Amino acid sequence: MSEDLLSIEIDGRALQARRGSTIIEVADANGIHIPRFCYHKKLSVAANCRMCLVQVEKVGKPVPACATPVAEGMKVHTRTPFVREAQRAVMEFLLVNHPLDCPICDQGGECELQDVAMGYGRDSSRYREGKRAVQDEDIGPLVATDLTRCILCTRCVRFGEEVAGVRELGAIGRGERSKISAFLGRTLDSELSGNAIDLCPVGALTSKPFRFTARPWEMTAHAAVSPHDAVGSNLSVHVRRGAVMRVVARANEAINETWISDRDRFGYLGLSAADRLTAPRVRRAGRWEVVDWESALATVARGLESVLAAGGPGRVGALASPGSTLEEAFLLQGLVRGLGSDHVDHRLREKDTSDQGLAPLSPGLGMPIAGLERVGAALLVGSNLRKDHPLLGHRLRKAALAGARVSAVGPVDSPFTFPLAGRVLTGPAGMLKALAGLARALGAEAEGPVSGLVARAPVDDGLRSIARSLAESSPSVVLLGDLALAHPQASLLRALARAIAQASGAVLGTLPAGANAAGAWLAGAVPHRRAGGVALARPGLSAAQMFDQGLDAFLCLGFEPGFDCWDGHRARQALGAAPLTVALTAFASPEWEELADVMLPVGVFVESAGTLVNAEGRWQSAEAAVAPPGDARPAWKVLRGLANLLGLPGFDYEGPGEVREAVRAALAGPGAPEGRGRWEAPDAPAEEGGVVRVGELPIYAVDPLVRRAGALQQTRDAAPVVRLAPDVASREGLATGAFARVSQGAGEATVQVVVDDRVAAGCAVVPSGVGVTAGLGPLFGPVRVVRA
Amino acid sequence: MRALQHFFKSFLLWELLGGLQLTGRYLFRRKATLQYPEEKTPQSPRFRGLHALRRYPNGEERCIACRLCEAVCPALAITIESGVRADGTRRTTRYEIDLTKCIFCGFCEESCPVDSIVQTRVFEYFGERHGDLVMTKEKLLAVGDRMEAQIAADRAADARYR
Repeated sequence: MSEDLLSIEIDGRALQARRGSTIIEVADANGIHIPRFCYHKKLSVAANCRMCLVQVEKVGKPVPACATPVAEGMKVHTRTPFVREAQRAVMEFLLVNHPLDCPICDQGGECELQDVAMGYGRDSSRYREGKRAVQDEDIGPLVATDLTRCILCTRCVRFGEEVAGVRELGAIGRGERSKISAFLGRTLDSELSGNAIDLCPVGALTSKPFRFTARPWEMTAHAAVSPHDAVGSNLSVHVRRGAVMRVVARANEAINETWISDRDRFGYLGLSAADRLTAPRVRRAGRWEVVDWESALATVARGLESVLAAGGPGRVGALASPGSTLEEAFLLQGLVRGLGSDHVDHRLREKDTSDQGLAPLSPGLGMPIAGLERVGAALLVGSNLRKDHPLLGHRLRKAALAGARVSAVGPVDSPFTFPLAGRVLTGPAGMLKALAGLARALGAEAEGPVSGLVARAPVDDGLRSIARSLAESSPSVVLLGDLALAHPQASLLRALARAIAQASGAVLGTLPAGANAAGAWLAGAVPHRRAGGVALARPGLSAAQMFDQGLDAFLCLGFEPGFDCWDGHRARQALGAAPLTVALTAFASPEWEELADVMLPVGVFVESAGTLVNAEGRWQSAEAAVAPPGDARPAWKVLRGLANLLGLPGFDYEGPGEVREAVRAALAGPGAPEGRGRWEAPDAPAEEGGVVRVGELPIYAVDPLVRRAGALQQTRDAAPVVRLAPDVASREGLATGAFARVSQGAGEATVQVVVDDRVAAGCAVVPSGVGVTAGLGPLFGPVRVVRA
Repeated sequence: MRALQHFFKSFLLWELLGGLQLTGRYLFRRKATLQYPEEKTPQSPRFRGLHALRRYPNGEERCIACRLCEAVCPALAITIESGVRADGTRRTTRYEIDLTKCIFCGFCEESCPVDSIVQTRVFEYFGERHGDLVMTKEKLLAVGDRMEAQIAADRAADARYR
């Protein structure tokens, strides 16, 4: 190690530097500030802005600190008159073509060019000639451009190539005519495109939804955690006068580095949706009445008591969105269990939970998030990793570029930003066969219901090569994505994946939907385990079972039945038929107005303090940054109040911190389950040779908040289309752009068609979570697609 | 000796005479008192009175919602909300000065990069209710429209020193 260290001197300070590092890295690590524009620690070195010029002794001219590696005995000066003169000259050149329109520029007040010009520039301009002007481009609903302000640092271009993995912006032209442009008038469609806003040192790329609305000095920053996916990206929420104005990334090397996805960045727009529920409402004689909290909670308590008196505790059930905080999930399950029922679940998008007794304490990656970029091989089962968990996709991309062999099995061949080593494109039934074939190729010891599958499975060269990649590499990982968990025989997939992981020495991970699925398991929001993972002798009903069997009272927290449930049609039926349906919701959607009997307004995202447990099992707590609108209250307070009104003991928590401690105390006890046992897998759904639905969850449809984020809904990713496999499309005579009538059971929808050879034969990707397909049947199952 | 002097001074009402002499002198001097409101004191072109928002000659409002006046205001009397206008330009959607908070320091005018917010010579204004003294954007623009000739003349007169 020591031979890798060099001693250099910067501004007279003797420093140790790693061989191969650059001057600017060493300076940054030691708190010596060197001005820069094009250099960014996460991007490659371009050395085109020349702002970081420094003087190195025995070198005749100034050298760029970002591109000059350190050498033994190097003596660097960053503040001599020689350097000052160079910096002043560079600054003057940069300002030659930069407009002096700071008053109307959104970057004003947080502009690197402004700061550096103040610190290193001249006091007045000598430039009298005309300045360059560049035509703006419309590059989509998220990023606004003012390209005249661009100083051509190319950070955004390098970000696209190196991090996002899609070249959406490029530098074209030469000399004074060079400019940043989206290729051929295209828009920015990457799921990480918003990071260009943070990267741009000037006001050339700014946030479109935020445009012109506030100045950095009038906002206060609050730390928050992303509520949209299981990554738990760290966010900085900027608040002015009680309203969230924007969200930017907060660096956390272990989780999101310095990036966040567009979903995290613009999801806050849903907070100001037109249909926010601001006061409790009760349905009386078929009409909605706005009431105060006391009478609303009293109505709920009376309703619950009458259901308990009539049908017993077994007729009460509770459902939470997997994005609910740890505290909310814990209080909700405590409330229902206090009433004597174990019907509580958060797995709204899962059907087959028959093997739930075997599940680990909480689902997750099985490794740290940062560990993903060091895997040697990965197998993605039914996961559109790039869109489901954009920053996990980025980590895996890093691994793939470093040589990891990533393979995918699933009904949709998702567009990855790196080459796949192997892929099996097959329908839901074929996924089982493919995994069984993999298990067989690995000589895995299959247990219980899957042993027959493995013994019969055909093995081809593709599967053998995937199996080899998993077995040969270390570490390797098998990840079950959203479509695997939603599979009608998910328990078999899990068993096969477990067998594959065991036989190949890979880590088995799951990528649950929602920001806090792991936390919900820990908090006991599952029918078969109490908080802390204590197994119950007689488990309650899972979400799908509750909807199938129907209950008399439902407590629903933070989801929308037609959008978020495995079988939206059946969920709507069950909730509509129940005598008491209580919706703890932030939004008074038409759906809830039809189905619910009481709507209690709750805060979402930064309106409520809470803890989210991410895919690597990290607990992240955040305080509330703004108050919920109107009479809405944080859900934990509502649940506590309701429990107190029902006379349940042990609900005297003073704050979310105490609830969190209660969960920790529950986890300290024994009760971590054993990962073995027997279960009965459900039968495969009958496939009548027809079309099979694949209910993919699009990136901007994951939760009620994102579905209301206006700017995200205008992106290309949000376009509600049905993607048909070519064979399905030709059978029905449908071409891209045509409209199709999609019917499933009693539900029907008319949607535009895209013919896509990335969809497995016989399958139709009918997205879930979008308005047009809300209330259709199961995520997986036979579906009729005909020309509309 | 001193006591004697004091005795005669008070006996002869010496100080009263001294006062009467001063009064008499001012009786014949030029009068400084003005008969407000019929007469008014002269005002400097730099007079810092009621605020106004100005327009360009083509009728376009000058304000570009840079928010510097709001930031510099020591009394926090200015409240601005802004956004993108239909033509894509940066404009205020709300611009309010609470005159009950304002200390008439003139910083807003000094900070304005486009000479939009200015202080006029108007100092005679009143409100019957509290809200009347909150100058909204419409009120401020109306003041500007009414006073534009005077405002422009005052800026021109003071241009050398600005």
